[in-house]
Amino acid sequence: MSWHQTPIALMAKALAAKEVSSMELTQYFLSRIEAEKRWNAYLDVNAHLSLEQANKADALIAAGKGTRLTGIPLAHKDVFVTRGWKSTAASKILENYQSPFDATVVANLGMPSEENPHGAGMVCLGKTNMDEFAMGSSNENSAFGPVLNPWNRQYVSGGSSGGSAAAVAAGLAPIATGSDTGGSIRQPSAFCGITGIKPSYGRVSRYGMIAYASSLDQAGPMGKTAEDCALLLTAMSSHDPRDSTSLADSGEDYSRFLNKPWQDSSTNAAKPLEGLRVGLPKEFFAEGLAQDVANAVNTAAKALADLGATLVEVTLPKTKLSIPVYYVLAPAEASSNLSRFDGVRYGHRANEYKDLGDMYQKSRTEGFGAEVRRRILIGTYVLCHGYYDAYYLQAQKIRRIIAADFQAAFNQCDVILGPVAPDVAWRLGEKSKDPVQMYLEDIYTLSTNLAGLPAMSVPCGFNANDLPIGMQLIGNYFSEARLLQVAHQYQQASDWHLRQASEVA
Amino acid sequence: MKLDDVQRIAHLSRLELNQAEAEAVLPQLQAVFSLVEEMQAVDTSGLEPLAHPILFLRELAQPLRVDQVSESDHRIENMQSAPAQQDGYFLVPRVIE
Repeated sequence: MSWHQTPIALMAKALAAKEVSSMELTQYFLSRIEAEKRWNAYLDVNAHLSLEQANKADALIAAGKGTRLTGIPLAHKDVFVTRGWKSTAASKILENYQSPFDATVVANLGMPSEENPHGAGMVCLGKTNMDEFAMGSSNENSAFGPVLNPWNRQYVSGGSSGGSAAAVAAGLAPIATGSDTGGSIRQPSAFCGITGIKPSYGRVSRYGMIAYASSLDQAGPMGKTAEDCALLLTAMSSHDPRDSTSLADSGEDYSRFLNKPWQDSSTNAAKPLEGLRVGLPKEFFAEGLAQDVANAVNTAAKALADLGATLVEVTLPKTKLSIPVYYVLAPAEASSNLSRFDGVRYGHRANEYKDLGDMYQKSRTEGFGAEVRRRILIGTYVLCHGYYDAYYLQAQKIRRIIAADFQAAFNQCDVILGPVAPDVAWRLGEKSKDPVQMYLEDIYTLSTNLAGLPAMSVPCGFNANDLPIGMQLIGNYFSEARLLQVAHQYQQASDWHLRQASEVA
Repeated sequence: MKLDDVQRIAHLSRLELNQAEAEAVLPQLQAVFSLVEEMQAVDTSGLEPLAHPILFLRELAQPLRVDQVSESDHRIENMQSAPAQQDGYFLVPRVIE
């Protein structure tokens, strides 16, 4: 059985029918991870711990105490702290760091216990590679080397959740967690040909998710299908009293609309999306978009229309400004969040120093990589007296305009459709010399984080070099279940999400 | 932004940059700030800054909890990644002579 090509929705059925055990599934994926190290998708694997969890999962299933996801293996992005596995955020400053606790996401999905009674019972396969502290769009900023794209190993996996995307695409995990501050779930999902969703801000707890930019960070699932993402998101999201921005009304069944028509009253089975208005923002199809990406997204729009949806043009006039706004706000928040790394309580400490101040300075300089240092410098500058109003406050005011522009668009449509990124994956090293050039690649994903809206990436084609293309669906606040419904209906009528990279046997 | 600014913000950030590193990072930061300058053309008079996306939608009450001890003692686990420790305390260089 090719379990690495099996969506978790089917894996759950096989486990329930006792056709396979969690031990067998876990062993299967651990063997693949061992044999496929070339992608550099994982930073830490511990077979003993994984098999111990699988054993517990099998006992739960045998006792009839499992949830729908009990026994299914998954990978966690290394931004989530875990007991047992190292938690490094792909930074030298946290190399070998062992967390004393599990992130809420890890606990929600992990083994149930007395202190964690609602754990879904999934088995952790290990921690996936990422851009250091989630800062990057290609996974080349990892202190432990880049992740290679399973569709072509000369190309980047995308970032920052590149390890999770490559692990799913290469069949090294059935599904994985990711985090998205400016596109870090959606862009690597698009580059690796998988499906991923960033929920509305506040849906998923940030407790134990190593902070980059706290008002933008949001965790979400990355998997093979929209249905799989809906199942994982349902188990991931919860109200968490330990995260002050966690929403009180977070828990819901995100798969409840998957197999329903858009309108309850609809009776035409061939047109399940009848009544759905899909908005195409003209700024997302303007100059700078690669022609083959534009073609694939336009074809997907037609496919949605064939399913009954109506296409309307909308406008998001401040799209271009989301780049400067993001690259002021995210570094500002990062410079504050990363001030905790001082070499005192945990993390790297320099070997030689004169005094306490020198110890801070040397430990931080040695521990942080070039992009992280650059963003700390930018953030410190924009928060300085004399620049604060012109940069930081001005960015927060434009952030309000960007959020309002989305509401104006949602007066005319129910979901917004566009590309995830201006182009497919680029060659390793192609953009790493010029940080600004890399920042410009985030143009279509940043605005949803600034506004806090849910958005997802869905495979919709390939370019001439056989590299995957993703389309982006953006919904209004708390409409995740509806977004997943649209994506699921599209995936019932297309097979882009089922294609396998030729190098992945 | 000038070279002096780079050294000043590096110091505020508790990062060390030698002359060559500062000279290398300066044009990169200048490029970022020329991008950021595009924001200045936007008229934002009368607008409140938006610090948290959900505040765009609705007012949020500051979540509070009952003022009681809810955590058990995790001192040993919390100390396990300390770079230097003694008798359950974090060790740092002498700060008071």
